Amino acid sequence: MSKNPPNYISTTNACKLCTPLGASLAFKGIEGAVPYLHGSQGCATYMRRYIISHYNEPIDIASSSLSEKHAIYGGGANLKLGLMNVTQKYRPQLIGIATTCLTETIGDDVKSLLCEYDKEVEGEKPIMIHVSTPSYSGTHMEGFHNAVTSVVKALAGRDGEQDMGSGVINILPGFVSPADIRYLKEIAADFPLKATILPDISDTMDGAAAEFYEKIQPGGTPISAIAAMNSSVGSIEFGHTMGKDSSGVLLAEKFGVENTRMPIPMGISATDTFFDCLSRLSGLPIPEKHQAERGRLVDAYVDSHKYIYGKKAIVYGEEDLVVGLTAFLAEIGVMPVLCASGGKSGKLAEMIQQVTADVLPEQPQVHEGMDFYEISEMAEELAPDLLVGHSKGYPLAQKLSIPIIRVGFPIHDRMGGQRILHIGYRGAQQLFDVVVNACIAKKQSDSPVGYSYM
Amino acid sequence: MELLKDREKQIYRTGKEPFALSCDKDSLAGAVSQRACVFCGSRVVLYPIADAIHLVHGPIGCAVYTWDIRGALSSGPELHRLSFSTDLQELDVIFGGEKKLKRALFELIERHSPKAAFVYSTCIVGIIGDDVDAVCREVAGKTNIPVIPVKSEGFMGNKRAGYTAACNAMDQLIGTGDTTGISPYSINILGDFNLAGEIWLIREYFERMGVEVVANITGDGRVADLQRAHGAALNVVQCSGATMELAQIMEDKYGVPFFHVSYFGIEDMAQALYDVAEHFKNPEIMEKTRQLVKEELESLLPKLAFYKKALQGKKAAIYVGGSFKAFSLVKTLRLIGMNVVMVGSQTGTEQEYRELAEITDPGTVIVDDANALELTSFLEEQKVDLFVGGVKERPIAFKLGVGFCDHNHERKEILAGFSGMLNFAQEVYASVMSPVWRFTYQNGASRGKKSDITIANPNE
Ligand code: SF4
Ligand code: SF4
Repeated sequence: MSKNPPNYISTTNACKLCTPLGASLAFKGIEGAVPYLHGSQGCATYMRRYIISHYNEPIDIASSSLSEKHAIYGGGANLKLGLMNVTQKYRPQLIGIATTCLTETIGDDVKSLLCEYDKEVEGEKPIMIHVSTPSYSGTHMEGFHNAVTSVVKALAGRDGEQDMGSGVINILPGFVSPADIRYLKEIAADFPLKATILPDISDTMDGAAAEFYEKIQPGGTPISAIAAMNSSVGSIEFGHTMGKDSSGVLLAEKFGVENTRMPIPMGISATDTFFDCLSRLSGLPIPEKHQAERGRLVDAYVDSHKYIYGKKAIVYGEEDLVVGLTAFLAEIGVMPVLCASGGKSGKLAEMIQQVTADVLPEQPQVHEGMDFYEISEMAEELAPDLLVGHSKGYPLAQKLSIPIIRVGFPIHDRMGGQRILHIGYRGAQQLFDVVVNACIAKKQSDSPVGYSYM
Repeated sequence: MELLKDREKQIYRTGKEPFALSCDKDSLAGAVSQRACVFCGSRVVLYPIADAIHLVHGPIGCAVYTWDIRGALSSGPELHRLSFSTDLQELDVIFGGEKKLKRALFELIERHSPKAAFVYSTCIVGIIGDDVDAVCREVAGKTNIPVIPVKSEGFMGNKRAGYTAACNAMDQLIGTGDTTGISPYSINILGDFNLAGEIWLIREYFERMGVEVVANITGDGRVADLQRAHGAALNVVQCSGATMELAQIMEDKYGVPFFHVSYFGIEDMAQALYDVAEHFKNPEIMEKTRQLVKEELESLLPKLAFYKKALQGKKAAIYVGGSFKAFSLVKTLRLIGMNVVMVGSQTGTEQEYRELAEITDPGTVIVDDANALELTSFLEEQKVDLFVGGVKERPIAFKLGVGFCDHNHERKEILAGFSGMLNFAQEVYASVMSPVWRFTYQNGASRGKKSDITIANPNE
């Protein structure tokens, strides 16, 4: 079996998205915020469509709509005009400004433009947060994390030290689903613990039917809560592949808020770590309800383990998600044979080794910077039983006639992507049932017998 | 509604004042336009050429967001459904992407043996100044297939400019193939994208009339067909913007006449067939056309009657990419009993908007390049039952408790042709008449209203 991935010049069917998309989604998790792309119109429109097709929610991403003359002489004037128009129309509390490849390349200095704007423009001004997101370095995940860090950098500690009592923690969950965030809130409330979750897309990207159309969807992390993140007793940060200047690290270095980094809690082992950490930070025991949920999950693992043992899986998507999924699959007896991502943190193999060393007899192949052409090519040799990842893997699953377990983003061929639960005991329970049933269904439909009892 | 001041001139209400509407402007900064970019326009038009490679030269986003999102089907090769990119990285941006482009082209051409390759320049390529033309020439020389640059830097204009770039690219193929054996009663189909297989339906109509289709230029397209397309006797063009320029070029260069048609709705569909028959001045073709329309209508009209009755008097709003389609939609919605109260498009021309104003009822809102907030306020103000638009408009409609019909390029239903008319009616009916609206507040439900459950709203 080759241990080297094919190394092509061209990219076919990329397994990553571009940085400003990640930044826009992160900004959508802040209360009263409007994402704004400083670049040409097309990028914003494409990203909106891509995001809408997953969440089925309106998402307004404003754009400087630069045209040719701006590309030559600089886009500063349009940036200011755009910010003014967004302020007037949306009355946001915050505008999250991400650059695109175009403005990064022409070298617009957004930071000083914003300073100028501040001096030149009278009257109401929302908080402006700028994040630099050229897509020629990094993926949507770098965009996402950098946006969160920019927000924390600008706001945390703004109002000095706050007396938050003992029970407040920060959770930096990374890019998980609205359902995941809702569940995190529930867990915190059950302890009880006060948690500032940043970003919080649980309502903004999965909103309830409402009486009136809101220009900015209600929900998101309140700005006052972000400002007070410096006063929490600790931060929990999911994911290991982001750089050293993550928001958790920043809060630790600048304000001495203890930071615990852990993989996205997927599966029992990782979730145990998460609950232990919550328990330690709060000084409270793990609530009975969640212990019971864990108990049922163990019971389910036992009931169904034979259907899935030794099944080979290809896992793909964002690096941190791939790490979480791989840990989960390994602990239920599925054998990951290829872990692939379009990202290039340089840490993927090491992380996977860390979370699976004790269960997997043999490490899977792990490759960064992959696209679906390369994944498909390797799949021929690996003959997997399952694909685990977002919906863009469907053509491959169809080609191989194997089931695809849809997780993460985007889910463009099914409804309810925003409601997929990935994390915690409950997420593991749901994913586990999906994996088991996919294997049973495959066996059932492959058989001519027509079993109604499996 | 408070409009952004610079947007006022792009909205017109029929009935009161004389027609005035300015359009074809750049989108206003910060207004959340529903428009895309030049690249999007060219990709749309060229995308259905299924045996060519479509390589997007730029950073990854532009390519990945356009990966297999459109419903244009192919009866054979499916290279168009793959998303090829040079995925430029920081060093390429600093030192130029020509080398990478060249190597990527050689690699892909060797791997897929395409009949041609299109290379799309995205914004950043325009800035770093790669000589894409030179690379294409060199690769074409070495691989012996046409390698055609498409100048589609996003910031060079809106979607329309992209159509122009695409037409120029196709112009390079047309006229290079052998045209022997083409019937004098022959056409090219321009501007139908074979969504859900529509072009196969339309082709079948023409074949039943005794008319040969040389090239389906923009749907289930093939390089070889394009190369001999100048041998057709007539170009039949749907959709105002996308391929009109190509038709014009072909008339100027090869003397192929053209006219516009639309395949949406009974009236326009029948008119399209009659226009073609008329053009050929052949009694046999005309007779066959009459027969065809008669047969189709005999089976269709009784089925439509049911929908017309059910949908009578319901109100509809339209917001589509090109305004030409809007005409057909206005007529089609009327045919099933509905009143159109708003029509808009991303890229209409003044002439088109003027004509729209003429055929719609007084009080109708006509709008160019609407943004998301404007659309919501029009829908609320006009209390519509149905919104016809694309993916970006769908959540707006649903949040407002309004039914929705997807009339864009992602759809998987045939809406063109006679049978498409029935699908359209069914889809509209299914959305407007669904019982789920009873639970939405806009339609009278009161349980669980915001006043009862309060979600914090930062804007209050
Ligand atoms: S130019 Fe950059 S920001 Fe815009 S879509 Fe392409 S990759 Fe994304
Ligand atoms: S970078 Fe330019 S070409 Fe690409 S999507 Fe954005 S506007 Fe369009």
